[in-house]
Amino acid sequence: MLDPTATKLEREFKHARPLIGCRFDPSGRFLFASAEDDTIQRFDLLTGAKAAFTGHTSWVRGMAFLGSPSTGSGELDAWANRAQALEAATGFAAATLPAPKAAPFTLISGDYHGNLIWWPGESDSPKPIRTVVAHTGWVRAVAVSPDGKTIASCGNDNAVKLWTADGKPIRTLEGHASHVYNVAFHPDGQRLASQELKGIVKDWDLKTGISSRDLDAKVLHKYDPTFMADIGGARGMAFSADGTRLAVAGISNVSNAFAGVGNPLVVLFDWKAGASKQLKPKEGFQGTMWGVAIHPAGYAIGASGGSGGRMWFWKGDEVVSSHTMNLPANARDLAMNAAGTRLAAALSSGAVQVYALK
Amino acid sequence: MPTCDYFCGAAEHAVSRRGFLGAAAALGVSGFASAAAARELTKQQKRVLVVFLSGGMSQLESWDPKPNTETGGPFKTIATSVTGTHICELLPHTAKQMHRMALVRGLNSQNPDHGIGEKIMLTGRKPEAGIEYPHIGAVSAKVLGSGTGLPGNIQILPNGGGGFDKSDSTFLGPKFGAVSLGNGKPPADLARPAALTDPADRQREEIRKKLNDRFAKSRKSAATDAYTESFEQAERVFRQSDVFDVTKEDAKTADRYGRHDFGRHLLLARRLLEAGVSYVKVSHSNYDTHHENFDFHIEQLGEFDRPFATLLDDLAERGMLESTLVVVMSEMGRTPKINQNYGRDHWSAAWSVALAGAGIKGGAVVGKTNATGTTVTDREVYSAHLFHSYMRAVGVDPTKNFYPNDRPVPIADPKAAAIDEILA
Repeated sequence: MLDPTATKLEREFKHARPLIGCRFDPSGRFLFASAEDDTIQRFDLLTGAKAAFTGHTSWVRGMAFLGSPSTGSGELDAWANRAQALEAATGFAAATLPAPKAAPFTLISGDYHGNLIWWPGESDSPKPIRTVVAHTGWVRAVAVSPDGKTIASCGNDNAVKLWTADGKPIRTLEGHASHVYNVAFHPDGQRLASQELKGIVKDWDLKTGISSRDLDAKVLHKYDPTFMADIGGARGMAFSADGTRLAVAGISNVSNAFAGVGNPLVVLFDWKAGASKQLKPKEGFQGTMWGVAIHPAGYAIGASGGSGGRMWFWKGDEVVSSHTMNLPANARDLAMNAAGTRLAAALSSGAVQVYALK
Repeated sequence: MPTCDYFCGAAEHAVSRRGFLGAAAALGVSGFASAAAARELTKQQKRVLVVFLSGGMSQLESWDPKPNTETGGPFKTIATSVTGTHICELLPHTAKQMHRMALVRGLNSQNPDHGIGEKIMLTGRKPEAGIEYPHIGAVSAKVLGSGTGLPGNIQILPNGGGGFDKSDSTFLGPKFGAVSLGNGKPPADLARPAALTDPADRQREEIRKKLNDRFAKSRKSAATDAYTESFEQAERVFRQSDVFDVTKEDAKTADRYGRHDFGRHLLLARRLLEAGVSYVKVSHSNYDTHHENFDFHIEQLGEFDRPFATLLDDLAERGMLESTLVVVMSEMGRTPKINQNYGRDHWSAAWSVALAGAGIKGGAVVGKTNATGTTVTDREVYSAHLFHSYMRAVGVDPTKNFYPNDRPVPIADPKAAAIDEILA
């Protein structure tokens, strides 16, 4: 169950520079946010501690994780409850109750110089474990397969690349004709979806490396004849946990690409049938849908930036959003934790806001 | 966002054969040279090519990158053919041409508006009440002449449209106004109608001449002479219409420039310059990236880079580069600050222009901006300094005067002087 109207701002972390992307680690304890200063900032939702991951020399938008969660979201919430009870009883801050030690996990991040970096995600002093020159030009997205054995990356060389967990190349999936903006593994671990600038979604068979079909999300692309340039691409992409739906998000109905005059849109596919529907905000809004998630309760959630920042919720078969939340600045990414209990929005102001879902 | 008036597709500007040929004819040049003479002309006649990156290219994504700073954006720098000079990674082919190029990194063009900025950059002067200064195209056509009967001032527009624009020649007169080729195409009616045979056309021309001669016997004047000359010049342009046809180039050359509009337009520019046109402006659209500046500069500079580098190679191989001044400019630069939409806005206080070819000291880099590119810290120059430099580069004394209505008007703004450091 989910009541979007009960969604509440839980906390806000701030960084000095505008943010680009955000992701929760598999346990949901840590929130990672990449920034325009080439760093990734890690925020500990238990302690509020902030740690910087420095090593990239360009912006990062692709982030994914290796390592199964050893601490579930429920355990984290239980720790927080114990800490609160202790504080109430003793009058001392929660620091009196040591935070549980985080289980090891690996962060893989991709930057706009084409590099992938492996990091010890839980480390107090994180240093790069491994750097792989993965793409010519930008890495736009990174994903990890459900079994944790395969990493997918995509970028401006029009390629989707598969890697072993320790960074050895497996295969390059060729077939896109423009920059590949996003990539996501199907929950069954057998298929991979990727989407390019011009709106084509490819459905790759991971065993053969062949794309068996193209799904049409061309509504998320336009060649602007006035400015003579293309705008498009899936800025956000997510499967539902049961694998029945795929959401891709971006900008549509563009009348002026260079001023960002267009409307945010989520294209929601029935993965098996390939049919799609367009999820639009209820209110008129100018901008790009920079992130999308599908909640286990059946809601699609999108976050946008342009003429301000917004989050929208679509329930079930709704094609017009039924709930809107204002954000204090442009959203540049949206993340949902694995348990579906929290959302995070990375903002152009440098803040990342965490929302509790009820 | 300020209104963009750097492109106008208004119907009244649609080109006509008469207007085009008339503009071509009015130059009063001596007609076609022989092939040998044309080759010699190629070597000796100075010409100017402006590559105008419409909308305002970002200096940080091109000539003056600031990587790993708060304004730098995501791109890295790359080495060039000049030791110690780095430019943005989006220009890998151009980087190999840097030994032929000079960079002016300390430009303050003083106005971040599209229309006014373009005027400032093309006239070398800030707008003044009471006088409109001619654009560099008209000035070049006037002071350099045109050797083969083609118009002296031609601009190649990225979109359709085209026509004849006398406004940029101001007091120099309409004969130096710009002839525009929309999307690089000659006027649709330049060619003689298929139904009009060559004998019929000659017969028609004979009748016109007889009538003209009879009229001139009683009322001959400078005006009638110019009228007569216009037809003769128009005929010469008509006979040389192949110049406008880039399909006459071999496939290998066309491939080098790139099989897209901008590549074709630069190739056309080279053909026009080779044919003796004094000034060609090629506009590449668009760089007005208030939104998604970085994605759009990947796309636009990805299209610009290789054809431009090929052009410099081609001009050099043909022995034309030493006589052809090449300038890469916009109407403004873009803000160092990255806005909330990953865009950069208008910025005129500190940006860059690149030059190559005639009279230019290859490898020179003049002027500096601070670490974040927000201000000029060394050798600040205005568009007037650049205009002086353009003239000096093609052997023209910019302190000389034009005399509209017998009033002396210096070719370039007398408050400035050439940037000697970039001149060979």
